[in-house]
Order: sequence, then structure tokens, then C-alpha cells
Amino acid sequence: MSKSKPVLSSSIGKKLIMSLTGLFLCMFLIVHLIGNLQLFKDDAGLAFNKYAYFMTHFTPIKVVSYLLYASVIIHVIYAIVISLKNKAARPIGYASYDGSANSKWNSRNMGILGTVILVFLATHMSNFWWKYHNDQTPYIEYRTDLSTGVTTHQEIQAADFHDYSIVSENGVEIVKARDLYKQVDYAFKNVGLVALYVIAMAALAFHLIHGFQSAFQTVGFNHKRYIGLVQFIGVWVFGVIIPILFAAMPLYFYFR
Amino acid sequence: MSAHMNLTLKVWRQKNDKSKGQFVTVQANDIADDMSFLEMLDIVNDELTRKGEDPIYFDHDCREGICGMCSLVINGRPHGPKYGITTCQLHMRSFHDGQTIVIEPWRAAAFPVLKDLAVDRTSFDRIQQAGGYTNVNTGGAQDANNILIPKRIADEAFESATCIGCGACVAACKNASAMLFVSAKISQFALLPQGQTERYERAQAMVDQMDAEGFGNCTNTGACEAECPKGIKLTNIARMNREYLGAKLFREEDIHG
Ligand code: HEM
Ligand code: SF4
Ligand code: FES
Repeated sequence: MSKSKPVLSSSIGKKLIMSLTGLFLCMFLIVHLIGNLQLFKDDAGLAFNKYAYFMTHFTPIKVVSYLLYASVIIHVIYAIVISLKNKAARPIGYASYDGSANSKWNSRNMGILGTVILVFLATHMSNFWWKYHNDQTPYIEYRTDLSTGVTTHQEIQAADFHDYSIVSENGVEIVKARDLYKQVDYAFKNVGLVALYVIAMAALAFHLIHGFQSAFQTVGFNHKRYIGLVQFIGVWVFGVIIPILFAAMPLYFYFR
Repeated sequence: MSAHMNLTLKVWRQKNDKSKGQFVTVQANDIADDMSFLEMLDIVNDELTRKGEDPIYFDHDCREGICGMCSLVINGRPHGPKYGITTCQLHMRSFHDGQTIVIEPWRAAAFPVLKDLAVDRTSFDRIQQAGGYTNVNTGGAQDANNILIPKRIADEAFESATCIGCGACVAACKNASAMLFVSAKISQFALLPQGQTERYERAQAMVDQMDAEGFGNCTNTGACEAECPKGIKLTNIARMNREYLGAKLFREEDIHG
């Protein structure tokens, strides 16, 4: 037995990259979901807009967000590399093929499900991320009377907005922020976009029902005692709860 | 009393590894449902030979499910429509009179077709030669129970060792991945004390050879496990991944010094 090849050029090494980036993205989904649940608050977006500012300006979170963009890109690149290699491994296909007799549909179509997710991500980023980072959202001012706790809000013009600010004067707290909440509200009046979001969340659900437990198998974790728990989390948390709550957001804005 | 049936076979015919093949329709008449699938093909071949035609070429040897030579993708399923058996153990009672049966060879770049339904599976041999062995001292055989092995470990290793190297896992996998086979071969040694000497080198050498042969990447669809005639479990693949990644991360063959 002679000296072996470097790990990342091997089939298992490439799969390791897929699984680690995939699991990292799964962790991100949890954080993203919890933050975005603030959209359901009936406060004209005060909490959500503060949160959006925090997430885009706090350095450790910015570092993690760059890791995240890198993960998506690496995950997609390896998905393509692995898929091409797999295609080449069977140059002549079967005339008669009964895939459903031995495997689940979603496990055989991770690439298609992933492509739906990718189209969604591109749309999602350009609607919110790009607009937020390029001064294309409206601006808002909240005034909270600190003695009564009553908050009023009004849209302000770009000229009156200099930067995100919180100031207190004469017992009134004034918050000026980019109004991403308004942008969300506006975007989800578009029925086509709402449909895309719902479809993409269904694709995400099926991607993760297979993907979450698959990633554990890939890193070599398939222990009789714990695999039931991993499968339970994969199906119920990542396959059901998270996609349904995400899909509820566009539906909430569309129907309210 | 056994029932008899007439069948239409769509068989992949290919002259040799250089030529392009195609499906040829052949009738199989008066087939008893007690026959095995291979006996059915024997009868068809007798008929073809009598007519002076080239008989259908297919692999087989033991015809009792232990050698791993028989293959065939039958109506889209490796080793046919049943689970847990090889093609030689498949009986014609699994089919019905008038049925059309599509018969294809294993399809994989690493398993080139030699002729008709027979493929070249020497890629498996090369993977095995790369590390699927243990070194033992020559001389008198050791007493069988000199090395103690817990029963559950012995059982698990034995389960892995039941792989007959047929290649149905590759044939079933949408990626033509050989990971179930390779992981079974790695596991049977990794679990036992006798396999420890070469343990980490073995995992790396066999995975390298598997990749070099051009098999695909596992995407954990589980098709291999479902179609394996010997019930080799996916947990073997997880073990292989552990062995391989563990070897890469912590047990590179270089010594400190
Ligand atoms: C939020 C987004 C995403 C998450 C959380 C995610 C998560 C995962 C996970 C956990 C796996 C399993 C890895 C493994 O089996 O080891 C996986 C596999 C896969 N992903 Fe994604 N993914 C996402 C987006 C995408 C995108 C955008 C694409 C492609 C365009 C994609 C394509 C694939 C493919 C082809 C596989 C199958 C690879 C395999 O099973 O080995 N994914 N994903
Ligand atoms: S793992 Fe099963 S299907 Fe694959 S070669 Fe071994 S016995 Fe055949
Ligand atoms: S001929 Fe030996 S296993 Fe089928």
C-alpha cells in the first residue's frame, strides 16, 4: 500500500465538503428563522428593522455572514462537480429503470431541489439584501413616548435620513432606520413572488428531509442509538417546522 | 403441477466491448414457473443454438446465491423484482404469462460490457487487491480462540463479510457508486483485531482505487442497501467514511521523527 491521495480530491472528501457546508446552512436557517419571526410583530417593523441593522453591522455576525455566502457557493460548486462525476460514472443509462422501488424521490433529485433553492436565493437576495445594502429601501422614523410607551411612526425622505440612529430627547425616543419591513410588506403583495417562496420552501423541505440525515451519514455518524434522533430532527424540524414557518411569512403579508 | 408461460424478452445484445449494442426481442415459450430465471435463459439459448444463432451471453457460476457471478437488471431492478436474492435465486413464478421482460447488463463506466449481458467486474478485484487483505505469519495455524473477539463484533464483521461482490449495489445506484461494496470489504477487517495492522492504510488505498476506477459518489439514496442480495447495511458506508476521514485527519501514515 503506497502513499494515498489528498483528502479533498477523493470522493469521500468532496462529500465531506457538501455535508459540512450543508449543515452550516442548516444552522443558519434556524438563526434566520428566529430573527425573521419578528416580522409577525404588529409594531410597524420596529423590532425587525432594529434587528436588520444589528445583523448587518455587528462584526462577528458579518464574519459569519461571509462564511455563509462562501458556504452556499462551495455547496453549489461541489454539487455540480459531484453531479458531473456521477453522470460520467454511468455513460449508458437503463432502458427500464424503477428508482422508486429502492429509493425515495427526493434523495434522487437533490440537484433539482437545490436548483429551485438557488433560483429562490438569487431572487431573495436581490429583493432584500441588495436593496438594503444599496439604499433602495424606504426610510422610517419611530417616536416612542417613554412615559406612556406609545409608538408612532412615519416614513421619512432620504434627505432626512443620515444613518441609523437612536436618540432620546424630551422623553421621546426617536429611531431612524432603513425600512426593510416596508420592503418586505411591499414585495409580498406580488402573488408571483409569494408563489415562488412557497414552492421554494417545499423544495427546501424535501432537500433537507434527505439532506440533514444524509450529512450525518457522510461524516460517518450513523449510530444505532442516536440515528433515530437525527432522522426525527431532519424530518420534523428541518423538513416541516422550519419550511412552514418561512412559508408563512409571505402568506401573512399577502393575506393580511 | 407447475404452470407454463410464454414471455417476450427484450435483451441487450452486444457483440463485444468495442461494438455498440442494442435491444433484441426474443420469445421464451413454454417456461415452467418452477424454473429459475437463468434456467429460462438456458432454454432460450438452447433454442437459439438449435437455430444456429449466437446464444445470449450472461455470467453465472454457483447458481445458489453464493458466488456473486450472476447479474442482470431485470425490468429496471438489479437481480430482478424481489429483494434479498440473486438472479440465480429468482424463479419464474415472479412473472406472469404474456409479460414482457427487459434484461440489461449492469450499467457503469467501471463495469464495461464484455458481451451481451456480461460485464467486466475486475475493477472490484483491483479495489480488493489495493487493501482488502491482512498480512499473516506463515507457519502453524494459531489456535482459533487465541484472540478474543466479543460476539457482537464478530457478528457485525461476519455480516459485512457476506458481501459476494456481485456489483448489484453499483447497478442500482443512480450514481454508479461502489461504496456499499467497498465499505463492506473495509468493515470486515476494520472490526476485527486481525485487521488492525493495515487498518488506516487499507481505508485510504481502497477508496483511492475505487475513485480511480471511475465509480460515482454516494449520495445516500439507499438504493444499494435495498437491492443488495446479502442485506449489506448502509452503516458500513458510514463506517468507511469514519475509517477514511479518521485516517486522513489523525492517522496519516507518516511517522513523527
Ligand atoms: C439553504 C440552502 C441549502 C441547505 C441548508 C442545504 C443542505 C444540504 C445538506 C445538509 C445536504 C446533504 C449533504 C450530504 O449528503 O452529505 C445537501 C446535499 C445536496 N445539496 Fe444542498 N443545501 C442547500 C442549498 C443547495 C443548493 C442551492 C444546491 C444546488 C444548486 C444544492 C444542491 C445539493 C445537492 C446536489 C446535494 C446532494 C449531494 C449529496 O447528497 O451528496 N443545495 N444539501
Ligand atoms: S454489497 Fe451487496 S450488492 Fe454490493 S457487491 Fe456486495 S453483495 Fe453485491
Ligand atoms: S450464480 Fe452464483 S450467485 Fe448467482
